[in-house]
Amino acid sequence: MAKAPDFGYKIIGKPVPLIDSRAKVMGQALYTDDIRLHNPLIIKILRSPHPSANIISLDTNDALNLDGVKGVLTGADFKNTFGVLTISKDEPAIARDVVRYEGEPVAAVAAETEDIAIKALALIKVEYELTEGVYDSKKALKPTEHPLHPELGKENNLHKNVVQEFGDMERGFADADVVVEKRFRFASINHAFTEPHATQVEIDNQGNITVYSATQVPHYLHMAMAEVLEIPQHNIRIVKPHLGGGFGGKSDPFPHEMIAAKFALDLGRNTRLKFSREEVFFSHHGRHQTDLTMKLGFSKDKGITALGLNTLIDGGAYGSFGIVTTYYNGVLLQGPYKVPNFRFHVDRLYTNKPMCGAMRGHGGVNPRFASEVLLDMACAETGLDPAETRLSMIHKENTLTTNEYRVTSVGLRSGLTEAIKRTNWHEKHGKLPFGKGIGVACGFFISGSALPIHWNKLPASTVRITIDHDAGVTVYSGATDIGQGSDTMLAQMAAEVLGQPLENIKVISADTRTTPVDLGSYSSRVTFMAGNASRNAAIRMRRLLVEAACELLEMIPPNYDRPDKPDNFFRQGGRKPDFEQGFLGPNPDYADGFIFEDGLIRSEKHNASVTFLEAVEKALEFEGILQTSGTYRAPKMGGKFKGSGAGLSPSYSFTAFIVEVTVDPETGFIKVDKATCAHDCGMPLNPLAVNGQIEGCIHMGLGQALMEEMVYDNGATQNPSFLEYKIPSAFEQPEVDIVPCYSDDSEGPFGAKEAGEGILAPIIPAIANAVYDAVGIRLTQLPMRPDRVLSALEREKKRGEKS
Amino acid sequence: MKILNLNINGVIHTKAVPATMTLLDFLREEVGLTGTKNGCDSGECGCCTVMIDSKPMLSCIMLALEAERCDITTIEGIANGNDLHPVQEAMVEKGAIQCGYCTPAMVINGVHLLENNDNPSETQVKECISATVCRCTGYNSIEKAMHSAASKMRKARHG
Repeated sequence: MAKAPDFGYKIIGKPVPLIDSRAKVMGQALYTDDIRLHNPLIIKILRSPHPSANIISLDTNDALNLDGVKGVLTGADFKNTFGVLTISKDEPAIARDVVRYEGEPVAAVAAETEDIAIKALALIKVEYELTEGVYDSKKALKPTEHPLHPELGKENNLHKNVVQEFGDMERGFADADVVVEKRFRFASINHAFTEPHATQVEIDNQGNITVYSATQVPHYLHMAMAEVLEIPQHNIRIVKPHLGGGFGGKSDPFPHEMIAAKFALDLGRNTRLKFSREEVFFSHHGRHQTDLTMKLGFSKDKGITALGLNTLIDGGAYGSFGIVTTYYNGVLLQGPYKVPNFRFHVDRLYTNKPMCGAMRGHGGVNPRFASEVLLDMACAETGLDPAETRLSMIHKENTLTTNEYRVTSVGLRSGLTEAIKRTNWHEKHGKLPFGKGIGVACGFFISGSALPIHWNKLPASTVRITIDHDAGVTVYSGATDIGQGSDTMLAQMAAEVLGQPLENIKVISADTRTTPVDLGSYSSRVTFMAGNASRNAAIRMRRLLVEAACELLEMIPPNYDRPDKPDNFFRQGGRKPDFEQGFLGPNPDYADGFIFEDGLIRSEKHNASVTFLEAVEKALEFEGILQTSGTYRAPKMGGKFKGSGAGLSPSYSFTAFIVEVTVDPETGFIKVDKATCAHDCGMPLNPLAVNGQIEGCIHMGLGQALMEEMVYDNGATQNPSFLEYKIPSAFEQPEVDIVPCYSDDSEGPFGAKEAGEGILAPIIPAIANAVYDAVGIRLTQLPMRPDRVLSALEREKKRGEKS
Repeated sequence: MKILNLNINGVIHTKAVPATMTLLDFLREEVGLTGTKNGCDSGECGCCTVMIDSKPMLSCIMLALEAERCDITTIEGIANGNDLHPVQEAMVEKGAIQCGYCTPAMVINGVHLLENNDNPSETQVKECISATVCRCTGYNSIEKAMHSAASKMRKARHG
């Protein structure tokens, strides 16, 4: 169980169920498709059966003439393409002239009933001219006269190439006692969230639309939709209802969202659209298929001396988050250990497959597997203990990485030490009987990207807090609860600062009309950024209430401009707090000489108090309404070289896994028996939620490690269902031991860092390293299917016989 | 169209629907009981599980007319007013709910298991949970919740 240190907080660090659990467990929580709009038209999308084709002709007349059909849309109806990144807006809402992947929308129908819509799809006549597709990243690098995206003016299907080099690679490898190199291959995997994509659009009589959508990024959807529909953003309101899992798979604006909204605008009717599970797999956006060669230089005394990698990632038909993924495949290797000499070359290719994008652990997961397996090999070759070696190499606090990331808090050393102890690592590693093994691996991840996707000077997150006349507190935030519990986190922030019980805090979130902008749930940014914003809004509110209390108590209010104790009084890096103009800095203290508890606001010095409600009423006398805002923006950081902003984060999380496995040499079946995890998420704000994130990451990592893969045959998806795309069940999930592990991050809200993504990556190489310990094979291809285990065992046996 | 009388959570709902309508569509679209979820429409994910004559069934792959003359219980019929069933209570307490999309089905299966056997083995609990796909929790907390609910139910029953 994750455990928080006791700093005397009332709400922070205490295990609390997510605030919407009760609604969810009673079936009352409304997800997008549960909303009932008045008489909506049902939208269905006609999808291309071919991965690579030209559309010669498209005849929609018969469909339009069918009774009950109200409209048909084709690619010609959308002028502007879109994409989540401003630098790769390459996706049309509906394919125009060219089809780039199997399942791409080629037309859409709006009808009075689902049956009619399905019938209408069959009446649309599309004549395709099949073209030669490209389905493999290596082939996509070759020159071609017909690239997928001729608009880029490239002679091949390269979407993005990133090369960065730091230090002196040659010297780094020369300094090494051992150099290990291997090629690794990774299947593409799907997020497999349980709630399929869904969108409903409500239109009013002035042509304004409210878009209810299962999205992780209401703000980016808002911007993209305005551009695609060519209407002002203020005519669009995006609302994210309860969301049934995202994991990055709902972090782009999607074609179906544009289609549903366009129909509503064109036809003046409400619309409703929901994906089948098959459509979810066709849309995909999952983890990139990856072909990676990595070389690691290692010295017994100095640790890693050089790390180099060449990587091809298969992006599929469109850009999505791919440019970021390209960078993350390199830069996230800058932790958890010092890499003094470092070079990476990553190419993202366009192919005629469903696009890939962000998925939990974004871009960092596959290279992490490679580096942690190579490190294990280096330890084996030099006779060093892989756990102790890792322990000795973890970044120290307040260091700068080779690519100039600012690493502030590091709490992993004590966590890994404890994990080594608890698992009896030294009694087990290298000493278990054949078939049983134990392995270790570590990881590192960002707590939110410091830089926004859209270059502007707005804060990364803004939160508004109001208190109404009977002292009810409401937190308004654009942050998107996707099931991870960000609403609960926002409420915890306000509750702690204002001394209120959690149930007194209402949260209204992810509604672009009523909540201030937050950039969305991606890159593990919400706790750090929206958390700080909520905390700061609450601190400003606290000031108003303290001033009101002082008025009632006939006391002089604290001097906020020149505090007595500048070190701990609204601390923000030596500057005085600026309540009126600027913003409170990250994680300021708020020791103002008052205690907020039990419904009272009490002066510490004078032992005098007023009730919270009395202070609220007094403050309302001044203001009419009680409302404050808080913001977060990342400090200026980073090197002065191209691409220095990639992976730049105000803080980083650290993870270690020790995994115990049983490998059956007869069947090749790997069973993960136990996973021991230490994750440094700074201060665990809600240990119950942190546990859930750790266990969930173990599940997802286990799936990628052992069984999950998208299978394509010349671009055609072969396994678009849960029967064919298997994810782990309760039987595969191992016993989990969560080692207490924390640090006090100076900028994280109440010292917190991310806990949602970084955990996922290291579990996979820890399994592979345990398999090596069990049966002596190095698996370099994911998933580690039984057939691959058996062939590796066979190869190992032959090698043994030869030598 | 066919007129169906379905007994859902103790209330008879009479609707004229196509004979091909699934029970899931009847619940969600005709009656408005949206607590039962549609994760795959083909009996793979388990999110549409409801109780038919005290047995968990997948409502997305059964016709509404098959459920005539049966007692149908959906997630909306599990709690007694505001009083949660011990399984629901334990799911909340143990943090077994994240996105919540699989939760109604997990609850239905858990209630079925524990109402019939309040001292289930680890394997029985795992089997029960394996009926539904969950992508958030890794199942550990759901297992804990089931065992905790079982223990509460045992105490309530046997003192």
